[in-house]
Amino acid sequence: MLTWVALLALALFSGATFFAARGKALAAVGGRPIGLHSLPGYYGGYVALWVAVPAALILLLAAGFGGSLEAGLLRSSESSALQALDAQQRDVFYNDAVTLSQGGQPSETVYEGPQKQALADAVSKAKHLRSQITYGALAAAIALALAGVAFAYPKIRPDFRARNQVETWIAGLFILCSVTAVLTTIGIVGSLVWESWRFFQSVSPVDFLFGMEWNPQIAMRSDQYASSGAFGAVPLFIGTFLIMIIAMMVAAPVGLFSAIYLSEYASPLARSVVKPLLEILAGVPTVVYGFFAALTVGPLFREFFNGIGGLLIGSGLDGLGQYLSQVQNQMALVAGAVMGVMLIPFVSSLSDDIINAVPQSLRDGSLAMGATRSETVKKVVLPAALPGIMAALLLAVSRAVGETMIVTMAAGLQAKATINPLDTVTTVTVQIVTLLTGDQEFDSPKTLAAFGLGLTLFLVTLILNIIALRIVQKYREQYD
Amino acid sequence: MTQNRDEALDPVVGTAVPGDQIKIRARDINVFYGAKQALFDVSLDVAEKSVTALIGPSGCGKSTFLRCINRMNDTIAGARVQGRIELDGEDVNDRGIDPVVLRARVGMVFQKPNPFPKTIYENVAYGPRIHGIATTKAELDAIVEKSLKRAGLWAEVSDRLQQPGTGLSGGQQQRLVIARAIAVSPEVILMDEPCSALDPIATARIEELIDELRNQYCIVIVTHSMAQAARVSQRTAFFHMGKLVEAGDTGDIFTNPRDSRTQDYITGRFG
Amino acid sequence: MTDAPMSTSATLRQTVEARLKVRHAQERRFRAYGLAAIFVALAFLTVLLGRIVSQGYTTFLEYSLTVPVYVDPARVDRTDISGANFDLLIADQVLGRLGIKDDDFGTQSSKMMDILSNDLGFQLLQKVKANPSLIGKTVSVTGPVRADGALYYKGEIKKSTPEDERKLDNTQLQWLDKMKSMGMVSSGFNTGFLTKSDSTEPEQAGVWGAIVGSTMMLIVTALLAVPIGVLAATYLEEFAAKNRWTDIIEVNINNLAAVPSIVYGLLGLAVFINWLHVPRSSPLLGGLVLALMALPTVIIATRSALKAVPPSIREAALGVGASKTQTVFHHVLPLAMPGVMTGAILSMAHALGETAPLLMIGMVSFVPGVPEGFTGAATVLPVQVFIWENASERAFHERTAGAIMVLLVFMIVMNLAAILLRRRFERRW
Ligand SMILES: Nc1ncnc2c1ncn2[C@@H]1O[C@H](COP(=O)(O)OP(=O)(O)OP(=O)(O)O)[C@@H](O)[C@H]1O
Ligand SMILES: [Mg+2]
Repeated sequence: MLTWVALLALALFSGATFFAARGKALAAVGGRPIGLHSLPGYYGGYVALWVAVPAALILLLAAGFGGSLEAGLLRSSESSALQALDAQQRDVFYNDAVTLSQGGQPSETVYEGPQKQALADAVSKAKHLRSQITYGALAAAIALALAGVAFAYPKIRPDFRARNQVETWIAGLFILCSVTAVLTTIGIVGSLVWESWRFFQSVSPVDFLFGMEWNPQIAMRSDQYASSGAFGAVPLFIGTFLIMIIAMMVAAPVGLFSAIYLSEYASPLARSVVKPLLEILAGVPTVVYGFFAALTVGPLFREFFNGIGGLLIGSGLDGLGQYLSQVQNQMALVAGAVMGVMLIPFVSSLSDDIINAVPQSLRDGSLAMGATRSETVKKVVLPAALPGIMAALLLAVSRAVGETMIVTMAAGLQAKATINPLDTVTTVTVQIVTLLTGDQEFDSPKTLAAFGLGLTLFLVTLILNIIALRIVQKYREQYD
Repeated sequence: MTQNRDEALDPVVGTAVPGDQIKIRARDINVFYGAKQALFDVSLDVAEKSVTALIGPSGCGKSTFLRCINRMNDTIAGARVQGRIELDGEDVNDRGIDPVVLRARVGMVFQKPNPFPKTIYENVAYGPRIHGIATTKAELDAIVEKSLKRAGLWAEVSDRLQQPGTGLSGGQQQRLVIARAIAVSPEVILMDEPCSALDPIATARIEELIDELRNQYCIVIVTHSMAQAARVSQRTAFFHMGKLVEAGDTGDIFTNPRDSRTQDYITGRFG
Repeated sequence: MTDAPMSTSATLRQTVEARLKVRHAQERRFRAYGLAAIFVALAFLTVLLGRIVSQGYTTFLEYSLTVPVYVDPARVDRTDISGANFDLLIADQVLGRLGIKDDDFGTQSSKMMDILSNDLGFQLLQKVKANPSLIGKTVSVTGPVRADGALYYKGEIKKSTPEDERKLDNTQLQWLDKMKSMGMVSSGFNTGFLTKSDSTEPEQAGVWGAIVGSTMMLIVTALLAVPIGVLAATYLEEFAAKNRWTDIIEVNINNLAAVPSIVYGLLGLAVFINWLHVPRSSPLLGGLVLALMALPTVIIATRSALKAVPPSIREAALGVGASKTQTVFHHVLPLAMPGVMTGAILSMAHALGETAPLLMIGMVSFVPGVPEGFTGAATVLPVQVFIWENASERAFHERTAGAIMVLLVFMIVMNLAAILLRRRFERRW
């Protein structure tokens, strides 16, 4: 709240300096802007920026990081009464202290005797720290704003290159924005690598990458997580792969053939109708596909296979019949097929672009030889577009591997190393979701395992994307 | 009826094509692209085993006329062709004529060389393969070799038949495309400004090649170069704004044009 | 080798014609595959949407019950109004109206309470609390029929199903029939679904809280991703020299656009929650995570919009003495704006439907009201769908489909806006 008021005041103040500086610049040339190096507004802007930006930064930093700073300082001197507590209980203690100091509802932990005293101390200390941080930041902001005036205002002279100065500021803002994307990547890589590293402290990477047993629940009981095999991710990799293959078996032919039909056969009218419809299919949120898979496709497939099973029971294929009649809703086939449908518009629109990039002259050349349209497509257009189409399919594979909602809702939780599409499997993304929803001890290997999986997922999709984007770029250059 | 029309074929200067030498006979061709008319009542005879040049300012309908002969206009959405074009006395627009067969008989070479992104060998073998002309590998090899030799490219590429055709120089690519067109032994070859993307040396090679091919094929060539038309063709037709202005022996057209527009065009270009 | 056999035109013609039938059959088959593919894709779309509408439209149909209740002073203690069991009171009186006598164990009334929503009791409690003089009088209350009862009215629960396989037994179905025939039940448009928030009782659950949550989250996302994305794209496209650094940034952005969304959730968990202590499940947090996710898409869309502005416009502006910055801000960006806005709206629509990263940052918790602010706990539409889909009650499945319909309406509106924008401002130069 205080931050907002301070920011508002700062905005008003820098506004005032804007007009003051503008006035000063104009006054210096007797009110005729022609005598100035830059337009008068730039002089105002120059001073206003020096006033507002540093001070606002301090205020925002205090608002954003004040909490962490406060928590850190609070822990810097620890009361001896806390020695009885383990690390986790201490976390709860400090959380309670901070919550209480803000007038909130603490946890239900009961503190007795010296601990109660320590809590009261910590609460008052937290209050004190917070006001120190807040008012310190406020004071610093005021000082910076005034320093800004003192620094920038005297510089206003008719020959001062205010526009160039302001544009330097703008360039700085530009660079900051562009770097956000890089920072995001650093944030992703950094957090994944860091948390995974912590995970690999307790589970060896070899066990993780090559272990055949996935059972993170075991790790819930203390000091059992290191027992071999509980975090072997191979079944997850196999499950992910299986579902991806099924999805691609749906998406690749359907997507590719739609793209071929749209770009080679369809009339402009048909194109203008079908393409937006496919875009709708592409715009449907994945949670909707998940719902559809779980409540419509799953039961439908189960009934279908159970029905076939029922017919086979007692016949020569009794074993198969028994098996089919017990197939469950949550089979790999369901999640894979629905994911395939989700990927159809993705594959189709990428391939459409790629096929359209094949020069018309090649088609004309082939048609003029007496080739039919399909011969032209099969023998000239597709071979020419092949690298691009491979790249499109790779991107689709990357999407399939990273897709979460459909599998979370329609695939199972059992980690089985099977390639039977009628069996229930689980995937990397499903396990990440399962590990991280619900229980919130952040330090347990169970939650950290999610980051190990996340890192694997990130690396695999990254490699796929890099290869695919490379191919596409080469392909584009070829026909540009 | 046809006889009357022949007499009415009034743009013809000098001698008309003798009836027994006519390979292609076009009568009253009108072509529309959507609402826009690109050709108006064009009637033209093309002689066998000779080169006919189509000249005229840009946008006058030369390519359009060329594309009527092998029905490439069918591939353009909104294009409509009226009138009668006969190849050996048969109407090419007849329902009984399959464009696949027609285009096998009438080859085409485009302005910009367009080799397929395949090997040199596969480029030339493309036509024979799709039409099932060769039954054995040896036959196919022979066709490829013969076509490349006839296109004057064999010496340059015989040792790299398995390399991509797109890796050749522009002039070589254009000869490769010609080899591809003659590999099926068509009866007619249509060439739409085949040298406009080439340097003078490559152009000279193609012109030599056209001159040789004349012995076996009926060739129709569109060109913007008067000199080229004069060098390679026996007959020339001048188009202007979608109309055929005059046609006749190349020598007559260039030395003794009947229409002032032809005169202007030719002199404008030469001067 | 001789030319003779193949160079005569008659043989060429015959050779080609010999295979013509086969080739045309191939052509037709190939074409049919293409048509079939499109048909399959569109059929899926139809089935998907049709199925959701057919499952969800009943959500918007509500059966409500109106009963006059005598607030019996013997059962409602004036000094402890909240202590009275209004649900039981209402159930008994409904039973009385249906002419049914309860036994000593209250079997019938507890069966009756199973088909009456506790919303009725809650309303009555509120009324009596606000006005204690109502005790001893008759008060009319209106509230929804409990979800299973409504499912029966909607035909989802059928009498023909064996009794032990359905939620309601034969007696309860008879009562429902009787209540309807006595005119106590009326049906109408379910406004509650759009104006209420999540609840553990299906008949009282609505999507308003999720709509508000989604809106707040999208505001945060848009406020961050659009300006930063546009400025970054403008810099890369218009100002930056093409060197190794801008190459790295470019490759980086293209790859970020294809990173699975769940990875952004992990980023949010590790960086925003554990490091920066942004409150869990808050619109602020969700908005931050989705902003990072949407950023590459906004940048890519903006860059292509800027690329589409012809260089002649830049040259003209620079020619009259404008600085590079002025050229870009006064001429190029305004011209690219429709394209930029289209891209921005589409990426916001995408963010609106995103679920996976939000599960990582604690948005799956049950939030029974409208979020208290940008830092309060909130839920959003797609996550509401996920939560309800997980619920075991059958009535929630109907609501899930209903919530999906609401979500799709928002998505379609946003997409239409983008399309209209694109049409309206198509190429002015
Ligand atoms: N696909 C098409 N759609 C619409 N109009 C076309 C199409 N192709 C050609 N035209 C029009 O038909 C007219 C004749 O075009 P054509 O290509 O036959 O000219 P041309 O004589 O070959 O010209 P150039 O010497 O430039 O190649 C032109 O006005 C052109 O604009
Ligand atoms: Mg032309």
